[in-house]
Amino acid sequence: MTPHDAAIRHDSAPDLAAASGVRFTVNGASVAVVAPPLKRLAQVLRDDLGLTGTKVGCDAGDCGACTVLLDGRQVCACLTPLGQAEGRSVETVEGLAAGDGALSRLQQAFLAHGAAQCGACTPGMLVSATDLLRRCSAPSRQDVLDAIGGTLCRCTGYQKIVDAVLAAADAPAASASPPAGAAVGARVRRVDGVPRVDGTASYGADAVPADALWLRVVRSPHAHARFTVGDLTPLRQAHPGLVRVLCAGDVPFNGFGIYPDIKDQPVLADGLVRYRGEAVLALVGTREAVLRLRDDALPITWTPLPPIVDIDAARADGAALVQAAKPGNLLIDGGVRRGDMAAAFRQAAAVAEVVVETPFVEHAYIEPEAGWARRVDDRLEITVTTQTPYMDRDEVASVMRLQPTQVRIIPTACGGGFGGKLDQSVQPLVALAAWLLDRPVACVYTRPESMAATTKRHPAHIRARFAATAQGLLAGCEVDAAFDTGAYASWGPTVANRVPVHAMGPYGVPAVRTWGAAIFTHNPPSGAFRGFGVPQAAIAHEAAMDSLADQLGIDRLEFRHRNALRVGDATATGQVLTHSTGLAACLDALRPGWSRAHEAAARFNAEAQAQGTHRRRGVGIGCMWYGIGNTSMSNPSTMRVGLGRDGTLTLYSGAVDIGQGSNTIMTQIAADALGVEMNRFRLVAGDTDRTADAGKTSASRQTFVSGKAAELAGADLRRQILRLTNAGAEATLALDGAVLTVRDGGTVRRIDLAGLPVIAGDDVLVGVGTFDPPTTPLDADGQGVPYASYAFAAQMAEVEVDIELGTTRVLRIVAAHDVGRAINPMQVEGQIEGGIAQGLGLALMEEYLPGRTENLHDYLIPTAGDMPVIETILVEDRDPLGPSGAKGVGEPGLVPTAPAILGAIDHAVGVRLARVPVLPHRLLAALRGKEGR
Amino acid sequence: MGLYLRPQTVEEAVAALAAHAPAVLAGGTDFYPARVGRAPDDDVLDITAIDGLRGIDDDGDYWRIGAATTWRDIIDAPLPPLLDGLKLAAREIGGAQIQNAGTVAGNLCNASPAADGVPALLALDAQVILQSATAARVLPLAKFIIGNRRTALRTGEIMTAILVPKRSSRAVGDFLKLGARRYLVISIAMVAGVMDVDDDGRITSAAIAVGACAEVARRLPALEQALLGRRADGALQDIVAEPQFAPLQPIDDVRGSAAYRLAAAATLTRRLLVTLSRKAAGPHA
Repeated sequence: MTPHDAAIRHDSAPDLAAASGVRFTVNGASVAVVAPPLKRLAQVLRDDLGLTGTKVGCDAGDCGACTVLLDGRQVCACLTPLGQAEGRSVETVEGLAAGDGALSRLQQAFLAHGAAQCGACTPGMLVSATDLLRRCSAPSRQDVLDAIGGTLCRCTGYQKIVDAVLAAADAPAASASPPAGAAVGARVRRVDGVPRVDGTASYGADAVPADALWLRVVRSPHAHARFTVGDLTPLRQAHPGLVRVLCAGDVPFNGFGIYPDIKDQPVLADGLVRYRGEAVLALVGTREAVLRLRDDALPITWTPLPPIVDIDAARADGAALVQAAKPGNLLIDGGVRRGDMAAAFRQAAAVAEVVVETPFVEHAYIEPEAGWARRVDDRLEITVTTQTPYMDRDEVASVMRLQPTQVRIIPTACGGGFGGKLDQSVQPLVALAAWLLDRPVACVYTRPESMAATTKRHPAHIRARFAATAQGLLAGCEVDAAFDTGAYASWGPTVANRVPVHAMGPYGVPAVRTWGAAIFTHNPPSGAFRGFGVPQAAIAHEAAMDSLADQLGIDRLEFRHRNALRVGDATATGQVLTHSTGLAACLDALRPGWSRAHEAAARFNAEAQAQGTHRRRGVGIGCMWYGIGNTSMSNPSTMRVGLGRDGTLTLYSGAVDIGQGSNTIMTQIAADALGVEMNRFRLVAGDTDRTADAGKTSASRQTFVSGKAAELAGADLRRQILRLTNAGAEATLALDGAVLTVRDGGTVRRIDLAGLPVIAGDDVLVGVGTFDPPTTPLDADGQGVPYASYAFAAQMAEVEVDIELGTTRVLRIVAAHDVGRAINPMQVEGQIEGGIAQGLGLALMEEYLPGRTENLHDYLIPTAGDMPVIETILVEDRDPLGPSGAKGVGEPGLVPTAPAILGAIDHAVGVRLARVPVLPHRLLAALRGKEGR
Repeated sequence: MGLYLRPQTVEEAVAALAAHAPAVLAGGTDFYPARVGRAPDDDVLDITAIDGLRGIDDDGDYWRIGAATTWRDIIDAPLPPLLDGLKLAAREIGGAQIQNAGTVAGNLCNASPAADGVPALLALDAQVILQSATAARVLPLAKFIIGNRRTALRTGEIMTAILVPKRSSRAVGDFLKLGARRYLVISIAMVAGVMDVDDDGRITSAAIAVGACAEVARRLPALEQALLGRRADGALQDIVAEPQFAPLQPIDDVRGSAAYRLAAAATLTRRLLVTLSRKAAGPHA
């Protein structure tokens, strides 16, 4: 926290040099800052005063991440000119703890309640809440919502934040670390929690070296255009701070992409752009120079071409090709076929036909993409916010034509990912610039840039037909799902493969024909976003379930229960489920609340109708299943646990914690497997030079796959220790400094670790574990074992619709999830609550329109005030493959939410829209259409 | 690097305006969002250090709201029910951070069609004081905002205050906002109203203004006329009729369709009349 040269501390002796600066206090200390008075206070705090706890999420007052107290009132530091701080008091997250570092009650409550996930909103949240708590010692829930309503969170669903603020008035709970062997299943605080609440956690934009050059990407204003770049010499002469302008010709191998055989996206476009926001040039120079240079001052000549705007245009006869080598603009398609479809529909007593249309959805993590690179001899080191350090390493190596061993990725704290940080953003650009210039080079995306340039959730057009027998059993289903994959492949193949496997829903269906296709358009690349297309497909299959149940006069929950996959059932891919198939148990858990909610809604509606008022309530249900890990592809994780000569235990984890809590989960699992308290562990996470590849943080795989590897690594180390001491399996381990004590019955053995030979680093013993879930490839009919484990869930939503305005308020959601085993129930709840917030956004408000909603005031995500009460019910049907029986939960939280909300709206007012989000004007139009008005 | 001027008197401010024609900055809540991704280098006149420009004063016939008064100041001020609509609007502007920094005058001068402060002040028959180096003039708010982000502010002029004329002690105000989410949301439509009644509970004056449904927030004179002389009760909502909304010219945008905005404006207006009449009848009923 050293003040930068530009800032002069002004503690006791007045400094003449500071006379021209702006004087104010920061966290009680006097400062004088010499900087332009119009400079944003957020930037001053971060750059001039080194207080990077204040985050910048939008620079527009739309997210609240930069919230600070100005004379005791919360304001956005991105909207406050330095000049206005003159003579005033500024307080930041760094000032919330006591001088000795003791956390405030509020900070402790955030840790105790799991209120910080990725942590990017946490400083702003803490400051917003501090403003409230100083004025009001016993706030109501509504007071809390009003205080934090201007601060967005994308991870938590706000519930645990609100709980923490309400609890901050009480004495904090003690934070005891669980005893040896009892970490799994405990509501343990995050192992990396303290830096998230005291402002010291370092994110992509937080640790850029002072001497770094800055890189700004020049992006296409057109969805489809040819362009030429003129002579850049005059530009460089006019802007001495501009060191280099990079273009396509500078990139050694100018193509990247998720799949090894589809490197179709250029790092910098080569004369042709295929989407608005595509990277064209990279300006490298001093930060001032590259930020001051306006795009219209650059010698780029554009020739706009007609864009292909959507799936229909891309599939039209004679449509131009987005990618020359891809006829029909088809990236990939495939499906699952099983059973006798004609027979299924012949015997049907009810048939549901469903059409669903979903838009682009933006990840909207609070931390925009950021990072920096430096060249170290013939190697590159990239410090970056990412979900996937090992893929980054290999991709940068490929682009730079280096060996993967020549690239080191050092992940920073990741301020949210949700799939959006599984693709390349700043990585190849800063790598290229640092390599060529031999200087550190940094790049931080602006919010509009993050939204325009990076991947989105695939827009989907889904047609589904489901048939059921008179007994209420599903007989057949046909699903056709087309996805707008945008201009480049990204994760399009993953979505197109995963959806057909899931599109019939978590039900036994004898005849299945599902098809997924990814279609190129001149839109932003669609990539990975929590669920890989399954949330879109679930909207379709759950609409069909409601329709069939209604047609057959069967309760909607009961119909699902009757058809739920159970142990012994074969899935549509012919995989016989042998274990951990807890959907029926989830539905049973919902039953009591389901009945009560129906009765309450009926009473409410009867009264509303009698009184002629405008609110109607409804209850809906959504179910889902989700295959954990890659689809029919190897996705191994390797973890290591080292025991140092000084007695330090280190978990070397290549799994990146993007807020979901894998750092804590892995430590809990490894500690119990070894048989030592988890607070003995320190963590080395993500650094590709110091860890082993634990795959990407995606597909809900880290707990299941890397967690299993951590369990094996802990067990491996334990086995080595027991062997070394000739102890039996029941022996207990205790560490006291460098002395390891092993007690086996009455026998006690002590090892002086300092006396053992070093194996690696300072470690004298290293346990290693590797796990790759057993799957098989799918054949031409999509038959095989695509996943080793499936998560199941059912959620129930209660909504209230304003029939005159078309607005919908979600009152309550009960979420029953079969997670196998909750390693950390508090974190599992956090995943589910956060998933529900994103599912609510998908259902009711989120719609990304290229060129029109590239900010967080036109693109809306839920605020604290939009969230319902959430009750989570954990069903633990253990998976024998997973660590302690655990499966994944990252994506499942989101999948059933939108279907449940849409079903509840239908139940309330008898209208189901084919298109999400259900914006008020769309719902009102549908209501009026139904009335024939 | 632009000029940054932060004078302490109105005289200095208008002199600086005449000399440099800078952008006027107060809460910064519209200034910075228009400059995302770059370091602002505009010439700026920051009016937040000017003595006496912030606060709400009882000026006899008027409530005088200083130009640099924040929305938080409005929320916290003890004001009569007449200004309830303005207070409710203040609570609906952005989130708490924006309310703490954003100013009433900034909201008017920015002249967004969706400015949350405008309908309430229009319904209050607010006037604005515009000061130049040579003269001051008073304009009705309805004549000040003349289009989408266009005002009658002349070069060299600064808004120094907003005047809200007082009415009888029975006068009440109210405000309803419709957005696609709670907090931090740009309005799809909003309605503000002011109502005054006589001893018999009959309406002696009514003002209804609708925002985000035209380039500029609009009053609804036909409806206001129809309300006069009627008893302030729940039956008022029945007199709301489509022709009264003729002044509105809503557009289709990402937040809603034009047709929806019209329908929503009518619905909000009906609801507003119910709550206004309830409030107006309140202590006297």
